Amino acid sequence: MRELSLNILDVAQNSITAGASLITIEIDESLVDNTLLIGIYDNGKGMSEEQVKSVIDPFFTTRTTRKVGMGIPLFKMAAEQTGGGLEIESEIGVGTRVRAHFKTDSVDFTPLGDVASTVQMLITMNTDRDFLYKHSVDGKEFVADTREIKGILGDVPLDTYEVSQWILEFIKENTEVLYK
Amino acid sequence: MKTLAELMAIKEATMQKMTVREDTGDDAIRVVVGMATCGIAAGARPVLNAFVDEVAKRNLKGVTVSQTGCIGMCQYEPIVEVIQPGKEKVTYVKMTADKVAKVVNDHIVNGNVVAEYTVK
Repeated sequence: MRELSLNILDVAQNSITAGASLITIEIDESLVDNTLLIGIYDNGKGMSEEQVKSVIDPFFTTRTTRKVGMGIPLFKMAAEQTGGGLEIESEIGVGTRVRAHFKTDSVDFTPLGDVASTVQMLITMNTDRDFLYKHSVDGKEFVADTREIKGILGDVPLDTYEVSQWILEFIKENTEVLYK
Repeated sequence: MKTLAELMAIKEATMQKMTVREDTGDDAIRVVVGMATCGIAAGARPVLNAFVDEVAKRNLKGVTVSQTGCIGMCQYEPIVEVIQPGKEKVTYVKMTADKVAKVVNDHIVNGNVVAEYTVK
């Protein structure tokens, strides 16, 4: 993956497949400590311990689950090559939490990339789900919540072009200022 | 800076337009972009965005852009399928955002498949 935000897109697609109604995306970066945490948390159907192992290992595949693939191993590799790591906690019927830690000063650190575009796409292509996006940099935080946005929009769908463009700019501008 | 207050104004403006919006109906053209790990890694996100932008820019009615999982030919990703009722499905391979305008113009608007972008 050319940017970490594509890993976020990929992992969040798993949450959608798992039937999650609420998907939380957390990004917590410290410019002081050169660390980055990316979390994707959902309230989908969850996985057994064995399934969790299988999504981490690209060579252990089982036909009974459609979630097995390269997505998580690629994300894990991106984290580990910086000296960080990835963990998954999951419980059947409760949901799944994927957290990846990165050391941003590593030469092997993949840039975060266009997260605004990723989150916009997730929101507008899955209007029947809710997304909570939390992005913080050195303690300054920006939060976007589709439940709040839907409350304002009423009957106007999230995938209306003007709304979709607003979502992109809203996220882009508000996250950019976190880095200033 | 964009604020939630601005969204209110967008809502009002959109509500007025919505009342005159035509129903898409059964003859709608569907543009489906593969968005599994393979598609995403190959660059499907800008392709999907470009389709959404182009369809909106041309104000095309009866065209929906959506995503799907792995289409099954990962080496040809990003893959885009154009599905039109009564016609054979067209599969475009190794798509880029730059190729999107031609597909929308030639195929979706004028009905001519862009053969050079299809699977060989």
